Amino acid sequence: MPIQYYIYLSLALFSIGIIGVLTRRNAIIVFMCVELMLNAVNLLLVAFSKMHHGVALATDPATTAGIDGQLFVFFIMVVAAAEVSVGLAIIVMMYRNVHSVDINFLNRLKN
Amino acid sequence: MSKFVYLVPLFPLIGFLINGLGRKAMTKSMISIIGCGVMLASFVVSVLVFFDVKEHGATVVNLFSFIKAYSFQVPFAFQVDQLSSLFLLIITGIGFLIHLYSAAYMHEEEEQHFGRYFAYLNLFVFSMLLLVLGANYVIMFIGWEGVGLCSYLLIGFWFKNDQYNYAAKKAFVMNRIGDLGFLLAVFWLIFKLGTVSYGDVFANIDKLSDLDITAITLLLFVGAMGKSAQLPLYTWLPDAMAGPTPVSALIHAATMVTAGIYMIARSNILYTLAPVSQTVVAIVGLATAIFAATIALKQNDIKKVLAYSTVSQLGYMFLGLGVGAYTGAVFHVMTHAFFKALLFLGAGSVIHAMHHEQDIRKMGGLKKHMPITHITFLLACLAIAGIPPFSGFFSKDEILMAAYNSNPLYYYVGMAGALMTAFYMFRLYTMTFLGSFRGTHEQEHHLHESPSAMTIPLIVLAVLSVLGGFVGIPEVFASDAHSLEHFLAPIFAESAKIQHGHHLSHTQEYMMMGVSTILIIGIILFAVSKFKKTQAQQTESSGIAKLLENKWYVDELYDTVIVKPLHLLSVFLKNIVEKSGIDGAVNGVGKLVGYGSRQLRLLQSGQVGNYLLIMVMIMIVFVLIWFNDLTIMNFLKKLF
Repeated sequence: MPIQYYIYLSLALFSIGIIGVLTRRNAIIVFMCVELMLNAVNLLLVAFSKMHHGVALATDPATTAGIDGQLFVFFIMVVAAAEVSVGLAIIVMMYRNVHSVDINFLNRLKN
Repeated sequence: MSKFVYLVPLFPLIGFLINGLGRKAMTKSMISIIGCGVMLASFVVSVLVFFDVKEHGATVVNLFSFIKAYSFQVPFAFQVDQLSSLFLLIITGIGFLIHLYSAAYMHEEEEQHFGRYFAYLNLFVFSMLLLVLGANYVIMFIGWEGVGLCSYLLIGFWFKNDQYNYAAKKAFVMNRIGDLGFLLAVFWLIFKLGTVSYGDVFANIDKLSDLDITAITLLLFVGAMGKSAQLPLYTWLPDAMAGPTPVSALIHAATMVTAGIYMIARSNILYTLAPVSQTVVAIVGLATAIFAATIALKQNDIKKVLAYSTVSQLGYMFLGLGVGAYTGAVFHVMTHAFFKALLFLGAGSVIHAMHHEQDIRKMGGLKKHMPITHITFLLACLAIAGIPPFSGFFSKDEILMAAYNSNPLYYYVGMAGALMTAFYMFRLYTMTFLGSFRGTHEQEHHLHESPSAMTIPLIVLAVLSVLGGFVGIPEVFASDAHSLEHFLAPIFAESAKIQHGHHLSHTQEYMMMGVSTILIIGIILFAVSKFKKTQAQQTESSGIAKLLENKWYVDELYDTVIVKPLHLLSVFLKNIVEKSGIDGAVNGVGKLVGYGSRQLRLLQSGQVGNYLLIMVMIMIVFVLIWFNDLTIMNFLKKLF
């Protein structure tokens, strides 16, 4: 499959993520949109890595060039999982305190 | 001996330091011993220096380098020659007598004020000595400023009286105006010649164009106008009467006002080469002489009359300088120093006896109460009026003869001034010493002759006033008898070469002397008979007399023409330029920053969405900038 499709898809996912972050006020949905953006990037990384590896294989069958990109993706997913657990914990604490998950509700740091 | 000349100004400086610093710890007798002692020491050294100069001629004593900037140098050097040694004698000699007199006159002051007084007096003499001794215009300028400062301090000596403080400030400001001219002249010299030492300046005089010389001499003369109280800067001198009387004597006789004469006599070559400046000097001098004499006619304050007479006599000296009679001017400085010091000290003695009453309308008949003061005062009056053979006759005659040779009109106007001098001096004398006493009984009861510390200086000065003229006997009486002229000849030699005046015949000169003497005697008799029967009650004067009594309204004129507009300008600058302009700009910057921050603060809304929006927009901007990079564009083009 040509690389362009992957790029279009990840661009679309990323844009949906941005728009979601900007427009929604529910903290959980904002959080999900952030994850969406993260995964769009992951997808792009994997796609480019695959493309790069394919090009390198044509000249040298034993090469490992490009596979480190796919390794990165695993790291990112691990970090994202940790981040989700922390983020959800914060949201739970926020809900306990103010009985709301509206991000505009907590603006006491203003001024 | 000349190399010890630095001792002359050093002694008064030491006296100033001791009396100034220890004024609270010392007794009055210690203060007066130190104050007078340093002056006596200084006078003794001056006498030795004088005879040394007479024998061995002039030298320049280099002490140390004062200013050194690349090729420009100002050495701290003393000019020891005929002119300066003569001035040294006048300053330290008369200065000593005045110090001695002050010790008795100021005895009522508290100890620390007594010490302060003597400290100022010593500093005054020190500054004047520096002015006279300096071998270049910069050292002279230091002394020049020093006497200005000391006159301020001494005129405002009784600083609790506001009027006196105003008089002191007036003297200082008027002097500053003149000093600016002096300073500009010095800068001009440095710019054109790169040196300020007298010797170098006079040797390189041919490097200056006519314009330069005229401008420099005129600027120097502006300085002399301020310091020597000439029109239009003379008004400070009569107001300087606010100071203690011996200070007036010091200012008027030995120091300060003679500085201008000294400076021009010192720069005589420059003036001789600048006929325009000479004419200006002569006319200003003559105008001052006659103008001040008219004012003196109607003054009723004993010291004011003397003050205007000083202004008038200084005018004669400038007339002498302007017509090239440099010796005559210096001669008149000398004789004037004798009789004017005597007059002021005599007036001080009278004021002392009258318990600080200065109005001559309330005096009269003091003759029998104060015999010594009376006799000495009379001698001084005769000297200043110009009766032969008193000293004033010789010096004034020399100036007037030179004026006649230059322009007969100068002579006639000068003669009119001399007649007025005789009139107002004998009006003063008659109203003070003759007739009947017009003061209160209380005052009459306390009238007494002054103590000997005050009368001895009077007697010494009286002797000098009577005999002082004989150092300058004119040629008409005996050829080669003018010893002062011989003595000063080396100073004025260069000028004498350039000048070529025609001289009057002896018969003409005799006739002029005779006529003027007869006229003066007539005026004196008229004045004595007119004022002998003065009554205590005075009628209100009108017309020209009122004009003269109010000193031609010159102070009022200056007030409206200069002081008030200047004041308005300052108010304008303060309220408009300062407050709205400068303050507005400074405060405006502050306000702008404050306003900007208040607007910027609105960005921090607390809405997370807003922050994110801004973040995304800025990221888009960065991405767009990044897209402009050609290599990336090419890579992307290859892909799509």
